[in-house]
Amino acid sequence: MRNSLRILAMGVALLALPGVTVAKGIKEPLRDGYYQALKGKKVAFLPGAMAMDLAIGWLAGLKSELEPQGVEIVVRDPNFNIQAGAQALTQLIAEKPDVIVVHNPDVTTYAKLIKQAEANGILIVQINMASLQKSTAYVGVDWVEMGAVQARHVVEACKGKSGKIAIVQGDLTAAASAYTMSGIESVLAENPDIKVVSNQSASWQSDKAKSITQTVLKQNPDLCGIIGFWDNMDRGTAAAVDEAGLSDQVYVATSGGGETKAACDMVKSGAYDLNVVYSVPNQGANLASTIKYLLSAGVKPGEISGQMYTTLTPVTAANAGDEGICWTMKQ
Amino acid sequence: MHRFQLSQQMIVSVIFVLLFAGLSLLLPGFANTENLLTLLQNVAILGILGLGMAVIVIGRGVDLSMIASLAIPVALTLQLADAGHSTALAIIAGLALSALFGAANGWLIAYAEVPPLFVTLASGLFLAGLGQAFLFSTEAVVWPEPLQFLSAIGRGRLAGIPNSIWIFALVAVAVHAFLSRLTAGVFTYSMGDNPMAARLAGIPVRIMVIVQYVSSALIATLAGFVMAASVGSMSTRIYNSTWIYDVILVVVLGGIGLSGGRGSVTNVLIGTLLIGTLLNGLTILDVSFPVQNLIKGFVLLAAIMADTVLNPRNEETAQQGDI
Repeated sequence: MRNSLRILAMGVALLALPGVTVAKGIKEPLRDGYYQALKGKKVAFLPGAMAMDLAIGWLAGLKSELEPQGVEIVVRDPNFNIQAGAQALTQLIAEKPDVIVVHNPDVTTYAKLIKQAEANGILIVQINMASLQKSTAYVGVDWVEMGAVQARHVVEACKGKSGKIAIVQGDLTAAASAYTMSGIESVLAENPDIKVVSNQSASWQSDKAKSITQTVLKQNPDLCGIIGFWDNMDRGTAAAVDEAGLSDQVYVATSGGGETKAACDMVKSGAYDLNVVYSVPNQGANLASTIKYLLSAGVKPGEISGQMYTTLTPVTAANAGDEGICWTMKQ
Repeated sequence: MHRFQLSQQMIVSVIFVLLFAGLSLLLPGFANTENLLTLLQNVAILGILGLGMAVIVIGRGVDLSMIASLAIPVALTLQLADAGHSTALAIIAGLALSALFGAANGWLIAYAEVPPLFVTLASGLFLAGLGQAFLFSTEAVVWPEPLQFLSAIGRGRLAGIPNSIWIFALVAVAVHAFLSRLTAGVFTYSMGDNPMAARLAGIPVRIMVIVQYVSSALIATLAGFVMAASVGSMSTRIYNSTWIYDVILVVVLGGIGLSGGRGSVTNVLIGTLLIGTLLNGLTILDVSFPVQNLIKGFVLLAAIMADTVLNPRNEETAQQGDI
């Protein structure tokens, strides 16, 4: 009884003490190091071109997450010119930023430069299209899985139909074409009743995609599915199907960064039956998180090599209208 | 002189006929009406551009900025219409930009006397850069709802024939009329044959140069409208592609010498048909992209070599400015 009274008294006494003493926190051991590690660091961004919805989304993510913490972001825009991109990367290596975010136009062109950059102490984070050369981090789509997802949907849609499908690739040596193809092949290997009647490259251009699809549809009017490799290009693919009056019969699958006009609107209009979306804002955030982690941990190039694969969301008529499936570019 | 022209055209015609016959025999599904219409539809835009380029090349020039004229003015129109401006204003703005651009090209070539190769190389970069950097936030500008009434120029059919083929035919007739019926056409040939003599003869060479480049820019913009309507968007990235080489290929393959003064609409049609047949056949055969390029290059080389063997160049046939 006496004891409990004493405890009570102590409690009252404690409460009576000025609030200041209670609020005085203990020193947080992380933040000083974190801000010091990030402040004044330089991150260079080398996309295929800034005029892509993807690059705009990624840069927005980098800026909103990193700039408030004192990280300087510089952009080199090769505007779809691979030589200009290689030159920009060479130049960046000489300028020695702390991190370079690289969007590879194909799996080989930047490979040597990536190796050289990391040898010079620059962290290389590859975004969405990886080079054959591994670097500290890759943030982006698992293209093999992407191909498999699309192929599974098309195989499903082709059940009970002709089983004839066409494939419209981008640049053949781009990661997004080469690896997607291997994903498709793995699914098709299990479905011998599906026959690929055409497998052509449209070099990411919508007019070429349309020409190829038109010709293929004329030769195979009983086609049941098409797998396209990028929604911006497959506007042409979809236009050809629409013009042939085969929208109901031909299942058009594509993929992209989920920008409203390129993805959800096109699925809603019935142009695409499926758009497998990798959320670009999420990728931008992942990219920024990766850089924050690498810089604050003081990782040196070559020490580690990791991947952060983006979640793939199949967008169909069922969910194209849902909140948060697509994102809208700020003008 | 006459023999030279005929032979050049003949070689390509023979290659075309052989290719066409071969594909018809060996490739089931090639020689049916629907596929041939698709073939034509696929090269209609290339053909329209080829016609615009033909006028320039006959007048001894070259217009490397055509793809910029195809992309940027059209994208401007689409963007303005999408932003809620009146469709008339949007279309006029696009056409005005195109005409102004062509006039600037012509002025630099005619009055500042800069070679057309350099002028149009630089001005194309300028216009494409202007568009890509300042006018549009993304490379693909979507065909907007308010312009739906115009989308028939690239989609749909009239009397069973795709509309883009009709437009190609119309432009072919117009360019043919210009070259063979109008005085301006005669001027164009004489300028191409010998610019100094044309000038001495009192032909308004400088004004004609401006007229030619304005026409090629406007024809390219028309092709751009057809293309954008056809695929539902205009991708300014097309400027970075190899389209301009394909246009030159069609013109040269058809037999219009780059040294000017020779050729007609028929040459462009033959060149376009040959390329169209080749691409269509290779797509049906599902030949891989690198092999397609190889075959395209081989056919071009074959045509050039056959021409060189049959029509060896000498002092008599060579012209000043021959490439």
